[in-house]
Amino acid sequence: VTGVALLAVFVLAVFVGFEVVSKVSTTLHTPLMSGANAIHGIILVGAVIVAGTAESTLALLVALFAVVLATVNLVGGFVVTDRMLEMFKGRAPRASGRGTGDAR
Amino acid sequence: VKLLSQNWTEIAYLAAAVCFILALKGLSSPKTARRGNLIGAAGALLALLVAFASQELSNLGAILAAIAIGSVIAVPAARRVQMTQMPQLVALFNGVGGGAAALVALLEMTHGSTDPAAGNLVAIAFTVLVGAVSFSGSVVTFAKLQELMTTRPVIMPAARPLMIGGLAAAVAAAVAVFATGNLWLGLLLLALGLALGVMLVLPVGGADVPIVISLLNAFTGLTVAAGGFVLQNTLLLVAGTLVGASGTILTRLMAAAMGRSVTGVLFGALRGGSTAGSTAVSDRPVRSTGPDDVAILLNYARKVIFVPGYGLAVAQAQHTIRELADVLEKKGIEVLYAIHPVAGRMPGHMNVLLAEANVPYEALREMDEVNPEFKTADVVLVVGANDVVNPAAKTSPGAPIYGMPILEVSDAQQVIFLKRSMRPGFAGIENELLYEPKTSLLFGDAKESLTKVLGALKAL
Repeated sequence: VTGVALLAVFVLAVFVGFEVVSKVSTTLHTPLMSGANAIHGIILVGAVIVAGTAESTLALLVALFAVVLATVNLVGGFVVTDRMLEMFKGRAPRASGRGTGDAR
Repeated sequence: VKLLSQNWTEIAYLAAAVCFILALKGLSSPKTARRGNLIGAAGALLALLVAFASQELSNLGAILAAIAIGSVIAVPAARRVQMTQMPQLVALFNGVGGGAAALVALLEMTHGSTDPAAGNLVAIAFTVLVGAVSFSGSVVTFAKLQELMTTRPVIMPAARPLMIGGLAAAVAAAVAVFATGNLWLGLLLLALGLALGVMLVLPVGGADVPIVISLLNAFTGLTVAAGGFVLQNTLLLVAGTLVGASGTILTRLMAAAMGRSVTGVLFGALRGGSTAGSTAVSDRPVRSTGPDDVAILLNYARKVIFVPGYGLAVAQAQHTIRELADVLEKKGIEVLYAIHPVAGRMPGHMNVLLAEANVPYEALREMDEVNPEFKTADVVLVVGANDVVNPAAKTSPGAPIYGMPILEVSDAQQVIFLKRSMRPGFAGIENELLYEPKTSLLFGDAKESLTKVLGALKAL
């Protein structure tokens, strides 16, 4: 991939990011933050590749440390976000007066 | 093992990137959010499998062991953390991500030396510097939130020249890394970044932490995006950019909700105007009330609005307030929760705390939506909040919170504050609302007070 192609992807991703995130419900800003947090844990892919191609023992050790850090970020982020989102429940349909299957 | 061709690898990474976009898209409604998050996690798993299948990797056993260790650390932490401690955990996860990115870029310097393209070294310098800032900044934020250190702004002697000098040195080191590709200069840049991160967060007061967490989140996102440039990996680039966008938006929202600029938060303390106000206790007369009177007021209201603040969470009173709401609703009284954007310690924190107590999310109203409702409210119950309802934000230009949008509780018929003492809030300024004739105060721990009110209400 050339540098210019990467730059193009970057610019488009900026627009997609702003577009998608600005539609996130304010109620969910904390899960947004922890979910976004989990997503940048994907640096794990980079850490794994660097560890797999390390040329010295020192480089390998540092890379393995990076793998541990990135895994904590990625796995912990998704687990804690799931735990939070599980708690967001709506009113029981009878209480809200507008059931799920109405207005047919 | 190399199972996948270059093209298939790229396509699989693209699919993972789409999963991440869908994960964020799912968050537009609480109904789709959880599924979205699972799609994101599936994307991450796919990407990891692709990383192993796309090229010949040595040290496989050690890498898998490192992943296992990381998971064993992360899963219990994520499962057991209390919802009040969510900001700390997010700060910590954010920090380790930034640290990992900085290390990856640094290592890339050691064997990217064959053909260090100019743009590549710029990305490496950026990743190392900002990743290190994000790591140490997050660690200090964690320490502040966990109260391992003071939550007040810490201003070192000569903080300002140190900060400016540190920044200049970091920029010089970054340029040197770009010019030479020397690994030792890279390590120097890493050290400078770590120092800068500490200096950046130390002077920030406890009340401004939501802004800092969002900002560091954006930093780590951009770091990972730059890491994508370094490794020529489009997935890292897209994922990091998405996070950068989300962090930037949240930072701006939080700053707007506090009526302050981002630079004001970060460097305000260095200029002398910090958020640290007085903690003096005023002795002006206020009208205090008892649980029975509060229960009677609530019983004859038609519409009640709760204003929960962090004090509610500290007292673990979320469940009690929800029980109170249940009893009131059974009596046919309309109950709403007015949520200020900075209620809690991170963006949207109060919503999570109330969701944990099974409050349906439809009852949670944001500031703009709920402010017109106060005019028709009979009783407003302010529980453990102060600055977010302080009219000084509108009326006294000298106040530290001047310009911050507030919940306009003074429009209601009756306002009841549940407070522990007359101590002012984070901003350290008096709340004139406390002395108004329509206001009464119920002193005590939020949970105990609410329990007593609940008991009195049931007895009516």
